Amino acid sequence: MHILDRFRDPEIGRALLERVAALADQARERLGRPPVFMEVCGTHTVAISKAGLRGLLDGKLELRSGPGCPVCVTDYGDIDTMVAFGRLPGVTVGTFGDMVRVPGSRTSLEREKARGADIRVFYSPADAVRWAQDNPDRQLVFLGVGFETTAPTIALSVAQAQALGLKNYTVFSANKVVPPALHALLADPEAQLDGFILPGHVSAIIGRRVYDFIAEDYGLPSVISGFETLDIVDALYGLLKQVLAGEARVENGYTRVVKEEGNPRAQAMLDRCFEIDDVSWRGFGVIPGSGLQWKPEYRDFDARARFAPEVAEPRIPKGCRCGDLLKGKLTPRECKLFATACTPTDPVGPCMVSSEGACAAYYQYERRSS
Amino acid sequence: MCLGIPGLVVEVNPEKDSAVIEVFGVRREISTFLVGEVSRGDYLIVHTGYAIEKLDVEEAKIRLELWEEILKDAYPGQVS
Ligand code: SF4
Repeated sequence: MHILDRFRDPEIGRALLERVAALADQARERLGRPPVFMEVCGTHTVAISKAGLRGLLDGKLELRSGPGCPVCVTDYGDIDTMVAFGRLPGVTVGTFGDMVRVPGSRTSLEREKARGADIRVFYSPADAVRWAQDNPDRQLVFLGVGFETTAPTIALSVAQAQALGLKNYTVFSANKVVPPALHALLADPEAQLDGFILPGHVSAIIGRRVYDFIAEDYGLPSVISGFETLDIVDALYGLLKQVLAGEARVENGYTRVVKEEGNPRAQAMLDRCFEIDDVSWRGFGVIPGSGLQWKPEYRDFDARARFAPEVAEPRIPKGCRCGDLLKGKLTPRECKLFATACTPTDPVGPCMVSSEGACAAYYQYERRSS
Repeated sequence: MCLGIPGLVVEVNPEKDSAVIEVFGVRREISTFLVGEVSRGDYLIVHTGYAIEKLDVEEAKIRLELWEEILKDAYPGQVS
């Protein structure tokens, strides 16, 4: 068997899960309630749902989703701006697929497309640059939506466009960084969390060390996790061990990919192109130092600076609880609209649309267990 | 969104900062700019067409051994 296949070994998985269940029972006794852990990565959200871990550990520990899906945390104002780009003459909007169906205050990119806007889905920002090169008569505005994992690839696409001398490729940066959102979660006095499962691929870029504040300033355990079910079960094991020992450390459970200092080449790319800004997250409002905006040197590639589309005041639909959900204050099933007024075919909020949204994951994998 | 898939490097093009990787039998060209030099046989974590980090197979082995240790501890002799 190939070494990487062993990370899917069901036998190890079952045995490790038994240990986790036993430790969770001890932790529950100690705390007087089940321990609560939050994952801050949409890919983890999906992996947890798909593996049915919540059901398997029901009553023993609670797994909550946080602000881990970049599409879901994108503010109404930003989505409305994206839509506005699509209405400008001569402009094509390029995006990752997840963004297309997300409802803004009045419409979505998908609906605009039906009305004639040119909206194109790209798998990679590199493909978007190639498209711009092949279509010099169109202005391509690419929607930069992502965390530290994605932002360097978007920065690189702009460097590529610059090297090619393209005048028709710009990016609307709604890119964000994760640690300030963790600060915001931890600073909330109502938050009742016993530990974080930290995002593996964000961490591949930023490294383990940047998270030390979680342990040092807030005394909370955390574990960086990979994406196989075994990785996640192992992260729970690590978290429970810390809880039971009364310790708080940032463990690296994904050492096969994540280094202490992260990826210096990717970090250099971020530093070269972006500056840190205070930006708004759905549910949180403005989080200081959490956004990535183009540096003045890259103004020519900044869609916001180039086109400055007019956007009306956002109008927020009634009843959607995405904001509270992203803060870990409730689970999808606690939203009254879940699976009734809000479904993947007729979504009210982004958490039901994005393939990594918690509502979408629960709808697809955990609806029947409710 | 931060989905990253491990792919095996089957061809390298250092002058283009790119490589051909294979994932589940499917080959595609990806950028290696963010990870620097790569060699055939390396595993890369690929996100939206860009390698974002190399996968360290030695570390993967260490983790697996660690799990086997944990499992041996509680039920001696059960896990081979
Ligand atoms: S179920 Fe729909 S309306 Fe409710 S929080 Fe999720 S996305 Fe929003």
